[in-house]
Amino acid sequence: MSIFTHLGRYMLTLKGMFARPENPKMYWREFMHQCVEIGIGSLPIVLIISAFLGAVMTVQTSYQLVSNLIPKSTIAVVVRDSLLLELSPTVISVVLAGVVGSKIASELGNMRISEQIDALEIMGINTKTYLIAPKILASLITVPMLISLSIIVAIWGGRVVGDLAGVIDTDSYDRGLREEFIPFNVTVAMTKAFVFAFLLSSVSAFFGYHVRGGAFEIGRSSTRAVVVSCILILLADYVLTLLMLNP
Amino acid sequence: MITARNIKKSFGEKTVLFDISADFLPGKCNLIIGSSGSGKTVFQKCIVGLFTPDSGEVLYEDQNMHTMSTEERKKLRQEIGMLFQGSALFDSMTVEQNILFPLEMLTNEPQRKRLDRVNEVLEKVNLTGSNKKYPAELSGGMKKRVGIARAIVLNPRYLFCDEPNSGLDPQTSLLIDKLIKDITTEFNITTIVNTHDMNSVMEIGDHIIYMYQGYKEWEGNREEIIFSDNKRLNEFIFASEFLQDAKEQRMRDLRSKG
Ligand SMILES: Nc1ncnc2c1ncn2[C@@H]1O[C@H](COP(=O)(O)OP(=O)(O)O)[C@@H](O)[C@H]1O
Ligand SMILES: [Mg+2]
Repeated sequence: MSIFTHLGRYMLTLKGMFARPENPKMYWREFMHQCVEIGIGSLPIVLIISAFLGAVMTVQTSYQLVSNLIPKSTIAVVVRDSLLLELSPTVISVVLAGVVGSKIASELGNMRISEQIDALEIMGINTKTYLIAPKILASLITVPMLISLSIIVAIWGGRVVGDLAGVIDTDSYDRGLREEFIPFNVTVAMTKAFVFAFLLSSVSAFFGYHVRGGAFEIGRSSTRAVVVSCILILLADYVLTLLMLNP
Repeated sequence: MITARNIKKSFGEKTVLFDISADFLPGKCNLIIGSSGSGKTVFQKCIVGLFTPDSGEVLYEDQNMHTMSTEERKKLRQEIGMLFQGSALFDSMTVEQNILFPLEMLTNEPQRKRLDRVNEVLEKVNLTGSNKKYPAELSGGMKKRVGIARAIVLNPRYLFCDEPNSGLDPQTSLLIDKLIKDITTEFNITTIVNTHDMNSVMEIGDHIIYMYQGYKEWEGNREEIIFSDNKRLNEFIFASEFLQDAKEQRMRDLRSKG
């Protein structure tokens, strides 16, 4: 199938999501369940990656800023802004595309192959609304929260390791964090977070929901979901950066 | 009554159903039989609306399944129960949650009444006390019975079963067949069962449709099926020598009686 057929089906799938829930209470329960699955489920990996991200960024930035004319606190400025503008939103989203995306795709793929989706349809339930919408909404809520957390943990990681490695003392680091702070950068970070959250959840749900064939296809489609989500995230990253940061 | 008229269905180049028409009678076990790949599942899924036929219509008491509005179809679907070939239980939920699910989603009853109803249908399928088990802990036959319990929990008017006893031992098969038969007559349901098991045919087949490579080859009841002279049907039925012998015996008996 051509890319346009896929795109058309993706749009139709999203459109099919908009329907009145049969029973709002059950949808709310499913939404909360997904928040826990996506949010709490991927918390450990996000924390670990973020701490290392901040640590590496600090050491590397200090290595790159060799001149004595530049004050040490500049390291913290660079680390803070790189994390905020690019590293936390993009790296964490790509990781989540792997962790959350493959989970969504394989869960739905399994439900499709084992006819659980058909069973829901037969009951008179709108499966696109019930199975896909709560996952996308839960991602839109939890992924930006994870990314905010990631920024905080990464900055903290940079502070600890910068001091331990003798690259920058905590006083200079703290001073740097407050220098030249541009609130708009937070807007950029959160915009990216929302867009990436939507992409990774909707694309994976699309691939999982439309699996055909045998159990073998579940694995293949979840791999495809991750690959396509990652590419789209990086593409969106580029477009958003052009739009928001190009003077 | 469910009526299918001139149903045609193809997947790409491959035509799976050629112009099939049939009536399915209320309060009876309507069987669709035929060897693997003859199109039984596709036909059944066209009738319930999981597939859209390329042409033809499906009428539920004169309401057309494929032209009604989404809301109407949702309503109709709530009167349909279906047992899938692989049972299709929600594997993240316990037996109780599986059966409770349609009740929670589609009724406004208090939770206590819903749970009573769950236990009632569990008793009906002989699985009292299995409430907290997960599908992975159940045998094939138990899964099918939970599937039936979930299918009938909302008191459907129509019950569909796709190969309800494939992969089961003969004894368990017989139990499942009896269960389907009992439910059908007790609640006056229009039941449509796909099967390739001749035991089921003789056990529960009130009205039988024989499919051959996407065509409706023969239609009749279980008395007629043994004596039919349709060549393809005979090849299908008497794949079992036991039945062949039984037929000859019966013929001799009839002849000796005159
Ligand atoms: N989704 C599908 N896409 C393409 N071909 C299909 C699909 N479903 C079934 N078929 C084909 O339709 C034919 C009939 O299948 P099916 O109805 O499952 O047979 P039965 O249930 O009688 O064993 C088979 O040849 C099968 O390959
Ligand atoms: Mg089949």
